[in-house]
Order: sequence, then C-alpha cells, then structure tokens
Amino acid sequence: MCGIVGIYLKNKKYNKQLGKLLTGMMNNMASRGPDSAGFAIYNKSSKFKYTVCLQKNFELKDLKKILKSKLTNTKYKLIADHVVIETSSKPEKTIPILKNIQDIDLVGYGKSIEIFKQVGNPKDVVKKFSLDKFSGSHAIGHTRMATESAITTDGSHPYSTGEDECLVHNGSLSNHNNLRRSLIKDGIEFKSQNDTEVAAGYISNSLKNKTSLKETLTNGLKDLDGFYTFITGTQKGFAVLRDEIACKPAVIAETKDYVAIASEFQAMAHLPDVNKADIYEPKPGIVYSWGS
Amino acid sequence: MNFDLSKKTLREVNSYLQNIDLKSNQRDFVIKNPLGNHALCAGLQDEIKVTIKGHVGYYCAGMNKKAEVTIEGNVGTGVAENMMSGLVHVKGNASQSAGATGQGGTLVIDGDASSRCGISMKGINIIVKGSVGHMSAFMAQSGNLVILGDADEYLGDSIYEAKIYCLGKVKSLGADCIEKEMNDKEIKHLSALLEAQNIKADPKKFKRYGSARSLYNFKIDNVSSY
Repeated sequence: MCGIVGIYLKNKKYNKQLGKLLTGMMNNMASRGPDSAGFAIYNKSSKFKYTVCLQKNFELKDLKKILKSKLTNTKYKLIADHVVIETSSKPEKTIPILKNIQDIDLVGYGKSIEIFKQVGNPKDVVKKFSLDKFSGSHAIGHTRMATESAITTDGSHPYSTGEDECLVHNGSLSNHNNLRRSLIKDGIEFKSQNDTEVAAGYISNSLKNKTSLKETLTNGLKDLDGFYTFITGTQKGFAVLRDEIACKPAVIAETKDYVAIASEFQAMAHLPDVNKADIYEPKPGIVYSWGS
Repeated sequence: MNFDLSKKTLREVNSYLQNIDLKSNQRDFVIKNPLGNHALCAGLQDEIKVTIKGHVGYYCAGMNKKAEVTIEGNVGTGVAENMMSGLVHVKGNASQSAGATGQGGTLVIDGDASSRCGISMKGINIIVKGSVGHMSAFMAQSGNLVILGDADEYLGDSIYEAKIYCLGKVKSLGADCIEKEMNDKEIKHLSALLEAQNIKADPKKFKRYGSARSLYNFKIDNVSSY
C-alpha cells in the first residue's frame, strides 16, 4: 500500500494555502498508510535551511547552546520535535557540525525544503506539525504502510539525500541492497535499511554528476528493479515516474492553478475546482515533470 | 431520488441501493458528491438507474446485476469488475482493470481506459471509445472488447476465446494473440455491438484479434523452458 501525494502551485494565490491543501490530501490517504507519515514543503528562502529531528531529552535550548558559536546569522523554528535552522552558513560548513551532534538527526536541507516525518497515524502526524499553517510553492507527502523496513522515523518518507531533493515512493525495490553498496562506494551516505532511501541516493548521485532529473529517472527504469510510483521533489518542482508494469496507482489532476498527484482521486476530491481539472493517469515508464 | 455523499455515508447509500423495495416505484437515483469514494454502487441487484455526478474511486458498480449505472466523471481501478449483467457507462476515463473478470452485461467507456482493461473477462462486452493501456484483455476468456482508439503493448496476452476488435493502432500483441479474419459473420457481430450503443463507426474498418490457441496444450518442444 502506502499513499503518496504532491501538489505544485502554478498560481501564487494558493501559496498561503499550500499546507492546508496538503493536509486534506494526506488525511484522505491515511487509510493507505497508517504506520507513519511525512511531508516536504518547498518555500524559497534567501538563507539555507536545515531540518533536524531532536532525540528524546534533547531540547532546542541545548541545540542553540552548541550551535551558538559555530553558525552565523541563525534563526530557529521549533515544530513538535523538529527544528528548522535557518542560517547563512553554507552546507559544506554546517552539515559536518550537525552530523557531529549525537542527539539530532539531519532530515533534510536546502534553500527551499523543510521536511517533517514521524511514526503514527498520518492524521495525528500532520496535526502535530501543524501542516495546515505552512505556505510554499510545492509540497510532497507520504503515508506509510511499512513493508521493507521497520516502523521508525528513519524508515519514514520523504527521503532527502541531497540539497533540496526528496523522494516519496509507493511500492518496493528488490535490488536495493546491491545498489546501496555501490552507491556507498560513490560517497552517498544512508541512515536506514529502507529501499526508498536507496532510490533517493541513486537520484542524488546522478544529479551530482550533472545528469538532468528527467534523464536520471529514465535511467532509473533500468537500474531500479521493483515496482514503484515515485514523486521526486526539487527546488523548482517535482517529477513523477511509474515502473513499466504500473501496478502501483497514480492519478494526476491539472488545472490552470495547480498540478496535483495522488495514489487515489479521493486525496484530491477537496481541491479547488478539481471537477474542472484535467484528470489522467501517468503512463508507465514515462517521466512527467513540472517546474523542474 | 437524490443522495449526497457529503451528507450520507457510503454504506447508507450502497445499502439503500442494494435493497430496493420493489413495491415502491422508485427506480431512478442520482448520487452527488461521490468524492472519489470506493465501491460505490457495488453489488446492485435490481433493474434501477443510477447516475453518479462526479469522479469515483475503485470498484465502482462491481458485481453489478441488472442495474444501469452512469458515471459522469472518471472512475478508479476495477470499474464494473465481475459484472453479471446490466450496463455501466463511464463518461470520463477509467483507471486500470476496467471490467475485470466481467461475466456479462455491457461496460461503455467514453474516454480512455488504462492498463489491463478487460483482464480475465468472462463474457462481458466492453466498448472503449478512446484507447486502452498495456496488457488489455490479458487472459480474456470470453466476451468482446471493442476499442475505437489505439491499444498499448501486449494486447490480448495469453487470451482464450474472447474477441478483440480494434479500430486504431495496436502497439504490440501479447503472447499467443494474433490478428484474425474479419469476415461477414464478424462484421455483423460487431455491427450489432456498435448499434446497441448508438456508435457510428464502420465495422469493416476494425481489425479482429484472438487466440492462436498455441498455449492450450503442452508442447514437448518447450520442455527445456521449464
């Protein structure tokens, strides 16, 4: 199972409602994935943003104390157990510092992306992170029914393995162990035993080598063995790919104001003017992309 | 009689339609705000007419018997799956496995149907005015699949005795599916199917596909494949 959703706004008038629209989509997909949930919101900033998850008994004030002398021009936003650190310090400097702090996990970073994920029913998770209050340009969400790895925050989607990149996945990959080993040799780091994290790493590795997102995903058709519908987010937009057998569902609704994708139409039934939208299924083995 | 799925539960609506009081004269129903719900109008038993105004989810009008269900929108996976008789008319597009295992009745799709349309069909008539996705009529046993548009890869893979008529291009045929002669008898048969739905298309322009029957029996030459 698992439910995946995404929305890309063409019309800025909906930017402030982005979180609200995604909340409805995720709530309606809770039945497809009651184990855990997560979402990535893209909202462009002039500074770098680093989303970290605080471990138990470690508080924001402890984090501030450690980072005070290390990062410059820093602002903190605490939402449940996640903190978005906004700073002018660059990733080359910041990431090693954050990785050295044992009591936090770096969930994602970039100039746009903020990622929140946690175990529990999606309806509770989105409430905990007050998703309905977020604004931004595009967003991706996931509701998980665990198959390939344990029900943990690390095993939850979206996975981010590069700057402003993230991936959500409905399906399962069968060659992830081999692929993980070869990507580790290329310098990609993994936090979990999850198959989707390997696909995210595969995409990051390819983008790092200046291959376009479209070409990367097309190459993925031969390198990633398994069944899947992927939504992959970048700073500018997102792309969708289904494997060639296409057992995993996906439906797209496009209006002049937005493009939405979800595992089932039910997730989009509340979107504005959806009854006037152009509604279709992405064809197997073809990359669809918006904004990127 | 009108139902509004934003006010009534799916179970209430389905249960009403599945247990019609035949002494009442109520035979026409309209369902508003279907909101992509699954299994809407599944298991209808009686000769009633239902119009659904909007997009629905999976297995809409599944196991239908006698009812005439019109969907003014798109449908999800498995519309009219295992239909026994009656008519299901989708005015938009259909997702995968439309009419799967259908045993009788007619499914008409005005738009496109995606992959595996008519998978394992067992006597249903499926008419798709648009195109069908890959592996349509996979293991189709009997009945007719009429496609006015194109068909994607592996049409009729491992087909038994169902008949496929396609007006447009076929990307590729599946295992054991071949083009067959479109003789007078077949033209007459297809004309009747088209006329029954008031579809104006020249039956002579269709191509017919069916089973080569080479998978029906084990061939000793293939023993090394196992």
